[in-house]
Amino acid sequence: MASPQMVMYEEEFAQVQAVTNRLVQDANARVVFVVDKNGQLISASGDTGDIDTTSLASLTAGTIAATGGIAQLLREQEFATQYHEGVRQNVHIQVVSGRVILVVIFDNRTSLGLVRLRVKRATENLTRIFEMVMAKAQDPFRSSPFSEITDDDIDNLFND
Amino acid sequence: MSFINYLSREINCKIVYYGPGLCGKTTNLQYIYNRTNPDAKGKMISLATETERTLFFDFLPLEIGEIRGFKTRFHLYTVPGQVFYDASRKLILKGVDGVVFVADSQMLRSEANSESMDNLRTNLAEQGYNLDTIPYVIQYNKRDMPNISPTEELRQMLNTGNVPDFDAVATTGEGVFETLKSIAKLVLTELKRGAAR
Repeated sequence: MASPQMVMYEEEFAQVQAVTNRLVQDANARVVFVVDKNGQLISASGDTGDIDTTSLASLTAGTIAATGGIAQLLREQEFATQYHEGVRQNVHIQVVSGRVILVVIFDNRTSLGLVRLRVKRATENLTRIFEMVMAKAQDPFRSSPFSEITDDDIDNLFND
Repeated sequence: MSFINYLSREINCKIVYYGPGLCGKTTNLQYIYNRTNPDAKGKMISLATETERTLFFDFLPLEIGEIRGFKTRFHLYTVPGQVFYDASRKLILKGVDGVVFVADSQMLRSEANSESMDNLRTNLAEQGYNLDTIPYVIQYNKRDMPNISPTEELRQMLNTGNVPDFDAVATTGEGVFETLKSIAKLVLTELKRGAAR
């Protein structure tokens, strides 16, 4: 397998959620997402009501992958930060520890400067948490939910 | 690379539909989207050109049920098939759990099938995967067209690893869900095998 499986346990999930909840408040943002680089949504805070979070996760990962491709062509390591300015809303995207993506959606109730400042602190906290997540995922003694699944469980899923 | 979330009790896996330009990858996803219960699917996203050729990818999230209390979701992606979009294809293969190769059964597309399969093998290898060991199925699409190669001939040319393969007509849905079920099952079986190691 090219990269280890990501497994989020309750403890780390709560820590990630605490960081994103705080970022929503501190930056006065509308929504904050954490997305895996492969496009899986990890957590969301703020006013997520009318946002299609699954699609947003996949598209964010797509744009990070595309700019990563551009970076490679230019022999640049990575473009870790992106900013998209809209008429009413703006999006700040930050790659965290090369592994996950922190997305902040904000409007004119705040400023890009404040968002950048708060994202910096959140990035440090998230880096620490995801280092723990990856260390746990590589622990050979930790059981995966798949270890208890039988062939029958899988077959039953596909019975019409 | 699958993603397991213990708090929301979800398992997410990524499946990529690969194949030469105009072989029917997007049509496979569109058929799945149209025939799936609204509760089980998210929005289908197509990043396409003005002439409806895939530019970056199509994306369809699909929930297939629960295993031992874990909601099992598959994220289906297609790659752009046209030769010059190779950089994009490489990006989409990142973190893949299973691959569907969609072949175009028309005789004229025989070379395009082989080229695309070689390209799949090379691009997977660049990401650290081996086509001989990753969950992988083949679909021989467009069986309703005139001037098609016999399935056995396509099999000899493309299915050297003897993986599960299916005849299909993606426009009418023939073989579409059979292909999807087969790859989904292989992916889950591989995850189970990985957990037992």
